[in-house]
Amino acid sequence: MPPQTFILNGRSVTVDVHDDVRVLWVLRDLLGVTGPKYGCGINVCKACTSHINGRAFNPCSVRVGDLAPTDEVTTIEGLPDTVGADLHPMQEAWLDRDVPQCGYCQPGQIMAAVALVRKVRRDGRSITDADLDGIRNICRCGTYTRIREAIAQGERRM
Amino acid sequence: MTTDFTTVSVGRRSFVGWVIGGTTLVAAADLLPAPAHAVPGTPQPAEGYDLNDMLTEATMPTADLITVAVHEDGTASFELPRMEVGQGITTSTAMLIAEELELPLDKVRVTLADARPELLWNQLTGGSNTTISTYTPIRVAAAVAKGALLEAAAVQLGDTVASLVARGGVIQAPDGRSLTYGQLARAAASRTTRRVDVRLKDPAEFRVVGTGQRRVDALEAVTGRKQYATDLQVEGALPTMVCRAPTLNGTPRRLRNRSEVLAMPGVTDVALVDTGVAVRAETFGQCIDAVRAMHVDWADGPVAGLSDDDIVAELKAAEQPLPSLPDTPLARTLELDVLFYFRSNSAMDTNSAVADVRADRAEIWSGLKSPITAQQRIAEALGMSQDAVTVHVVQAGGSFGRRLFFDGALEAAKISQAMGKPVKLMWHRADDARVGRGHPMATSRVRAVVAGDQVLSFQQAHTSVETDFRHGLGELVTAMAADLPTGLGNLGFSETVFELTQEVPYDFGAVVQTLVETDDRFNTGSMRNIYSPDVRAAGELMVDQLAKAMKQDPYEFRRAQLRSDRVRAVLDKVADIGRWGRSMPAGTAQGIAIHKEYKGASACLIEIDCRPRQTERDIRDGVGGPRVTRVVFAIDAGLVVNPRGLEAQMQGGINDGIALALTSSLHLRDGHFLEASWDNYFYTRQWNTPPEVEVVVMPSDSGQPGGAGEAGVAATFAAVACAYARAVGEVPAYFPVNHRDPLRFRPKPVVPPIPQSPTNGLRKVY
Repeated sequence: MPPQTFILNGRSVTVDVHDDVRVLWVLRDLLGVTGPKYGCGINVCKACTSHINGRAFNPCSVRVGDLAPTDEVTTIEGLPDTVGADLHPMQEAWLDRDVPQCGYCQPGQIMAAVALVRKVRRDGRSITDADLDGIRNICRCGTYTRIREAIAQGERRM
Repeated sequence: MTTDFTTVSVGRRSFVGWVIGGTTLVAAADLLPAPAHAVPGTPQPAEGYDLNDMLTEATMPTADLITVAVHEDGTASFELPRMEVGQGITTSTAMLIAEELELPLDKVRVTLADARPELLWNQLTGGSNTTISTYTPIRVAAAVAKGALLEAAAVQLGDTVASLVARGGVIQAPDGRSLTYGQLARAAASRTTRRVDVRLKDPAEFRVVGTGQRRVDALEAVTGRKQYATDLQVEGALPTMVCRAPTLNGTPRRLRNRSEVLAMPGVTDVALVDTGVAVRAETFGQCIDAVRAMHVDWADGPVAGLSDDDIVAELKAAEQPLPSLPDTPLARTLELDVLFYFRSNSAMDTNSAVADVRADRAEIWSGLKSPITAQQRIAEALGMSQDAVTVHVVQAGGSFGRRLFFDGALEAAKISQAMGKPVKLMWHRADDARVGRGHPMATSRVRAVVAGDQVLSFQQAHTSVETDFRHGLGELVTAMAADLPTGLGNLGFSETVFELTQEVPYDFGAVVQTLVETDDRFNTGSMRNIYSPDVRAAGELMVDQLAKAMKQDPYEFRRAQLRSDRVRAVLDKVADIGRWGRSMPAGTAQGIAIHKEYKGASACLIEIDCRPRQTERDIRDGVGGPRVTRVVFAIDAGLVVNPRGLEAQMQGGINDGIALALTSSLHLRDGHFLEASWDNYFYTRQWNTPPEVEVVVMPSDSGQPGGAGEAGVAATFAAVACAYARAVGEVPAYFPVNHRDPLRFRPKPVVPPIPQSPTNGLRKVY
């Protein structure tokens, strides 16, 4: 099996696994990084949302062989380090609004929210209701109301 | 005659408890049955004695085994014999202990107890009953612990208990000297078990109970550290999945290409079990590859060839004639028939479990709401004694009724035994949507007779595909009773649950609600709020029809007819805050509805927009449809432990109610359900959720806590149904209202049964 090398939460990691195994399983099953959750495996539910080179992606839908050694994968576990704090402002907002219920989708929700703020900033604007409506991450507990409040709060502090 | 224990115990503050012999301080609650008294005869059983009374009484004989321990590090711990699935009971339980023990909330650790067969019925999580049934025992145990700490402090400080003050985990003497609970934990322990009398705090002195608190596991959840069954690292438990039949509940006959599958990358084992062909591999991705490569001969499942319409026809045939109605020249009868399609519990965290089955023992980890029944059934399936099976209860990513059953745990145990190796079983989302348990299809027929401005009678006949209650009350004795041949046993449970939960709180003359269930071939269970959302939606639609027939405003009509002041108060609250009756553009409307259950009352006011600009929204791989633009929800849940948690539960219930009314259902076609993904089964998404939601937690004089987890669904569903009917000018004949629209997705194949993961994720980065 070919060695697969990429940067995970700031450190280079190498795993021996076939090229076509999706990154989600490399993270969860081989590296024991379980913050990104499985909810569908077909890039629909977005529970595994993480970042690649600072942008949102879904590791269930990327072959590990398609990652370059210089690609930086950030999971919820590595998010605080990106701001050099114990918690990212978006996580703080999530705590302040007491967003989670069962909590299963929330790592993906937070990673999606951070990427969304970065995206609208690149576009030179701030988050609108239409942006919030466009978030595809599912929360079966129905925490959507608090997610919307927390994103607004997190955006202000990012 | 029945004993309304929970009512009797309100206001009662003196109890007996135990300090358990040992080296650390362990305190237990002992609840003596309160004196029996008769419940006065009422038109409907649920009014006097409801499901929560039954569940609470079932827990009483074993409540004395509920213990709180105090440790030398100054913390208290408690193993909750319930299941946390997001409803917030670990938080509310920690609050009760913090309150009565006078310990800061962050010093209280609440974990989930393993299956404890000695608890008999006292380990079932359901019916929104946790706080109702544990509110007193947990406080008693904590009060006993505080008493023991005070006594130990009195000895060490040379003072009397009466002059000492316990606060914030410290006991202080009048002269200023103090000792921490940590310093006292060992001294307070008793060598022998002794009986003590305790007096609980006066609720007027509560400092923690009734204040909004953040979930105790919020930090773990937002950092990704919270662990669910599939996150556990159990030695040797490799990823495992199952290849399932192309028809619902079909069974495998033979795997034709076993050696080919075994030779695939990462694959270690393949085994035939009764539910399909299991494969164990280094990664779940390789399990998916292997499942998709399998060539399996199948025996058809019991609904092979059948579709929605066949089951609708079957329900129609099972409908019993309605009793004849009073026939007077001045009276007229209003009729309403509503059909509710199949829906899925669909938790985010699919059915999953870790199982390590050896020759003489087994160990299971799973999210289980009835762990004692699970332990017994698993032991039976493995041919082991019950005490050879250890069952660990793990927090789960949602339940919505799903985890009352233990399908994943039982299947994992069978697979581990067949392979002779530990397994980490995870259902694919497609399995979970198609084969996982859900809400049965049902019809509700409502007939009301009116004369002038009076409702003379109100009848509601609910006919449903069977709701599976074979988990019983959480242990085998009652589970067996539900499993008697010919479904008779389960019918008894269904009828009981229906009778004990359904109530029409209006002055509608002769009120009768009945349930008939038929067909046990589907995978069903108590989906969040069980019968109530459907029964209430049909009922409240009829209430709107009655108001219309009498030319009265829907709110004023409800208000005048309500028999309960508590319900009237929540109704008034939402009408006031929601500005009921304000002028709305054509194609939009308000709807208002109430519900009474779980020792509480709820009301919901909805505004819906059914104009084309909403309904014709182009949502990629999703449904737009009508948008609920505003929700005002008022809940009187009696004594509220954590208002913040209650508000969260209502917000979630609101999204469930919207889903049931507008978007969420399963389509049965040719022997199987079509839905296999979150982009097929349309639970409420951000583009459906209301932009404005206001939840009002009502102040209550009640000393009795009510249920929270399910209380938001029924009134919301009913209010959305009523608002939709008013906006489009027609009462829907079925729910969700989009069920018969052209499918918004291309159904995924049933062979192979699960889809491959895409590879284009890097093109969708944002």
